[in-house]
Amino acid sequence: MPIAQLFLFGYAITTEIRNASIAILDNAHNTKSTELTNDIVSSGYFTIEEEVQSYQDIDDAFRQGKIKAAIIIPSTIGSGQIPSARIQILADGTDPNFAAIVVAYISSIASRVATPLSSQPAFINVEHRMWYNLNQRSVNMFVPGVITFIMLLVSAMLTSISITREKEMGNMEVLLVSPLKPVIIVLGKVVPYLILSMVNVTSVLTVALVFFEVPMQGSYILLALASSIFIICSLSLGVLISSIAKTQQVALMMSLMGLMLPTILLSNFIFPVTSMPPLLQWISVIIPAKYFVSIIRGIMLKGAGIGVILNDLLILAGMTLLFIIISVRKFKIRL
Amino acid sequence: MDDFVIIARDLTRKFGDFVAVDSISFNVERGEIFGFLGANGAGKTTAMRMMCGLLMPTSGEIHVAGYNVKNETDAVKKSIGYMSQRFSLYNDLSVQENIDFYGGIYGLSKSTLKQRSQQLLDELDLHQDRSRLVSDLPLGIKQRLAFSTALIHDPSIVFLDEPTSGVDPLTRRQFWEMIQSAAERGITVLITTHYLDEAEYCQRISIMVDGRLAAYDTPENVRSTYSARTMDEVFLKITRKSS
Repeated sequence: MPIAQLFLFGYAITTEIRNASIAILDNAHNTKSTELTNDIVSSGYFTIEEEVQSYQDIDDAFRQGKIKAAIIIPSTIGSGQIPSARIQILADGTDPNFAAIVVAYISSIASRVATPLSSQPAFINVEHRMWYNLNQRSVNMFVPGVITFIMLLVSAMLTSISITREKEMGNMEVLLVSPLKPVIIVLGKVVPYLILSMVNVTSVLTVALVFFEVPMQGSYILLALASSIFIICSLSLGVLISSIAKTQQVALMMSLMGLMLPTILLSNFIFPVTSMPPLLQWISVIIPAKYFVSIIRGIMLKGAGIGVILNDLLILAGMTLLFIIISVRKFKIRL
Repeated sequence: MDDFVIIARDLTRKFGDFVAVDSISFNVERGEIFGFLGANGAGKTTAMRMMCGLLMPTSGEIHVAGYNVKNETDAVKKSIGYMSQRFSLYNDLSVQENIDFYGGIYGLSKSTLKQRSQQLLDELDLHQDRSRLVSDLPLGIKQRLAFSTALIHDPSIVFLDEPTSGVDPLTRRQFWEMIQSAAERGITVLITTHYLDEAEYCQRISIMVDGRLAAYDTPENVRSTYSARTMDEVFLKITRKSS
């Protein structure tokens, strides 16, 4: 376990960037712009995710969360007539730290391209802009993550603990001997936490909007819908854990190790998953919080509509359904 | 056969390679106090859990209250009461709340529940303490409350899984008085215990050793079979023989 943790932390907690998705809008299409593009790609830090032809394309790609940054190369680059060219970098400010690093990397590559070859002094000025989070406020990034985390904590962990508590106290036996249907027993345990989670989300959101002035660009209804799905997903995970764990301690450990840790590390909550080794990236695919973090950031910070988040939402809903089916099957009618 | 409320035939339960209950057969008559005696781990609790439908038998047949436990579990559940080793009351609920909760679980109507709960509080003399938390009650009272709530829906059979473990002798005696009065009302009582002296309270007993029924008769007959004066002696003889 400690070895696994070391690997997980060692690889997951990295502030470096690797394979960050970007788009390049090349308005010049000349040797200089190609050189710059090649340098950026061959640096290994970036992969070009989208072929973009216009600002509109960039805008769409950002909204859908496909790219972390976009570089706009002006037509004047390398033309010789104008000594300096202004390269524009647009970065997705929903994750300000990451965006800042991306900007710094691109800037340094751009200035390297600018200096050596030129017989004429071709200055490249880099100008950057953090989209969706102009002031680079990290609270904007953390609040959606924290909301996700609190929901998971309340729904999954408390549910699993409260059900295993019944087992430990011997009450579960009595409930199972009674004519109550198992579904009713589970619902009885789950509904209070469903309500509690809803209340929590609302209060955390209120505090975030009022005190931390986190923007809310999108639709509240959409947010409520996505949150409900995520809560139900977490609750079914909690039931699943409780059907495996025999004691409260085991349930607690399983929630912490199996849910909390991967959620913090692999959901893009703090650390960008794209910079992690492939193995961790694959693991992150099965972490429901990853999709929810993406949805909630999309809605709150980018004002994403249903079309944009539909994909994540469907994956999340599918996972929820799967977890419900497994946990209902696993929940034993008999001891 | 009509008088048998529990009929077990070759009841077996394995956990992996371990045979917890090894092909036991017995009958329990209506209104009888039937004791399952044996050391810890002899298979008493496993046998009882199979009778309640909490565990599926690996093989064998078990009928409770005229229903097959295997496939008529719901009908069985309505006719039995169950009290576990840990009393299974909610410590952070009051006496009244616990009564209401268990009444609710068994789907008692409001009027029945009210009447039953009055009766129950009368019997236990708990009217003053009805809003006290269960965690604040003495162990003996908790135990009797747990027994009463197990009977709240008037089951024809009640299963008591080591209800007297960890309780002082006086409280145990009072508890057995409650059990006897329930039996007099026609409720069949099936009880597991590792206190051998409690065998004398039972009409018939079975002594379990390593998953098998080493003895199965009235306490007097069991003693005379082993020509022993006390149940302790019987138990010593049985365990010596088997080891």
